[in-house]
Amino acid sequence: MSHALLLPIVLPLIAAIGCMAGYKRGLAFQRQVSLGATLILPIVAAILIASAARDEISVYAIGAWPAPFGIVLVLDRLSAAMVMLTAALALPVLLYALAGTDAKGRHFHPLFQFQLAGLNGAFLTGDIFNLFVFFEVLLAASYGLLAHGGGLLRARASLAYVVLNVVGSTLFLVGLALVYGTLGTLNFADLALVVPHVPPSDQALVRAAFALLVIVFALKAALLPLSFWLPLAYGAATAPVAALFAILTKVGIYVLLRIFGIVFASAAFTADLLQPWLVPVAIMTIALGMIGLLSAPRLSVGVAYLVVLSTGTLLSVLSVPGIGSVSAVIYYLLHSTLVTGGFFLLADAIANQRGVHADKLERGPHVRDLKLLSAGYLVLAVAVSGLPPLSGFFGKFMLMQSVQATGWVTAIWPALLISSLVTALALARQGSVLFWEPVPDEPRPEYPPPSRLHVAAVVVLVAASPVLTLTTGSVSAYAHAAAEQLLARQDYIDAVVGASPEIVRVRRPR
Amino acid sequence: MELVLSLGIGLLTASGIYLILRERTFAVVLGITLLSYATNLLIFVSGRLMVGAPPLILSGQAQHTDPIPQALVLTAIVISFGMTAYIVALALRAKGESGTDHVDTEERPR
Repeated sequence: MSHALLLPIVLPLIAAIGCMAGYKRGLAFQRQVSLGATLILPIVAAILIASAARDEISVYAIGAWPAPFGIVLVLDRLSAAMVMLTAALALPVLLYALAGTDAKGRHFHPLFQFQLAGLNGAFLTGDIFNLFVFFEVLLAASYGLLAHGGGLLRARASLAYVVLNVVGSTLFLVGLALVYGTLGTLNFADLALVVPHVPPSDQALVRAAFALLVIVFALKAALLPLSFWLPLAYGAATAPVAALFAILTKVGIYVLLRIFGIVFASAAFTADLLQPWLVPVAIMTIALGMIGLLSAPRLSVGVAYLVVLSTGTLLSVLSVPGIGSVSAVIYYLLHSTLVTGGFFLLADAIANQRGVHADKLERGPHVRDLKLLSAGYLVLAVAVSGLPPLSGFFGKFMLMQSVQATGWVTAIWPALLISSLVTALALARQGSVLFWEPVPDEPRPEYPPPSRLHVAAVVVLVAASPVLTLTTGSVSAYAHAAAEQLLARQDYIDAVVGASPEIVRVRRPR
Repeated sequence: MELVLSLGIGLLTASGIYLILRERTFAVVLGITLLSYATNLLIFVSGRLMVGAPPLILSGQAQHTDPIPQALVLTAIVISFGMTAYIVALALRAKGESGTDHVDTEERPR
């Protein structure tokens, strides 16, 4: 494999270092570097997608040390799609930030690029320790981005977010130490080879180690009861940061897909680690998302609850066995990331025109660009609540179809349908308050006309769902192929460790 | 030796969790530090306890120790050190903004 596999990580890293080195040359220089790197990223992602679509799993051994002894990056359809999703979300978000958010504090651009490097690394890594390292890279950047802009609200949200995530990272390390202590390897593919041969006396410990890791990923994905940090943090962040964070929860879901598909499924005693409890907990997460959406005081907090809702929706289906459920999860993941990201930007665009009322869900002045903003709101609301004709409908349809033949159908179908109804009702009510019920004699607040960059960024992300709808055939075919590839574990294992000579395993002292 | 280490890790973890649940940011920072010490020790012993053995397979050397956990723990130490430094800076900023070192940035009536 060519070195292209390294680019999605190295390119943002170089841009971040360039931004920091050129700090004295001013914001304009940083903007150019950051925008340049973010423009190249979709091209790199497209090259990777083209390579992955040839139905081969590419492995890049860093320093040419073969797996499982060296560090490897692995590219398959799923990870290529996630890199593409990161690039597709990052570009409009950066455009929005360029219109002035990035000037509200220092070092926005380096942090943004470090965030992208961490995200791409987490999607491409082939071993669990480097997953931890890339998690830390993206978390460290997100700590800085969340505090970007200053103010008491953000300081409070940052403190809670950082402490919670540092404790989460500690749990991650405990899980890692137990995995290495019992299994002696950290490479996903090698783990899948070792797990079936664990002696019965060690099985409980291995299960505990994996369960700890699942807790950490559930925390990142904001699964109940670990989801209460999300509305606080996302509601306090500046709009472009919140929009970029829309993909952070999806990292947890991606890792669960990966580790569940490759490692857990390889042995009977770990295969049922998610199944018995994940569906009920995910449905409770959906309920929390609905309640939060209905009671949200501000539009951006409501959108944060939509992120919680999408986590519940995705995880309710994730543990259901079968290619259909995994491919539906991949499709809905792409859709929900872009739509919630766009919604955060739109909420800010609306808030900018409402003066002191900002995005509070209360009657306020007329917004000036009523047609543009309400049209965007309509598209996003239809997409996120899963009504036809947009991509949310297809996504939910595929999710529901995939569980049709299983015993969970009586639980998952009502949950998904009721969540669509409640989302549609809540967003209709909130849209009515924002657009149709102005206080008649309230003077319009003074604000500058919306910047072209704002309009462009919002239009791009609002258009994402219609574009996904028009390309549903090819995107769902890709998702299906990605799911097939993920569940054909032996191909992944052969690609990663098959090439290296027989691994000599020394029995270690107990 | 195993008993002392496990007791030490357990004690550090318990103290760390207790301190993280306190209401002042300084106690929380100390708690996170203790918890990361416990984790680092746990990673270190995941390669088994070995006295006086080199991390290399040499001819004529009967025993060797596993070098991987030592590399892992070094990474973990650096990361947890950096994160702790950031939390300290953030806690100072929160105190500057709000005038209190309560973790919720406001005093609760007692």
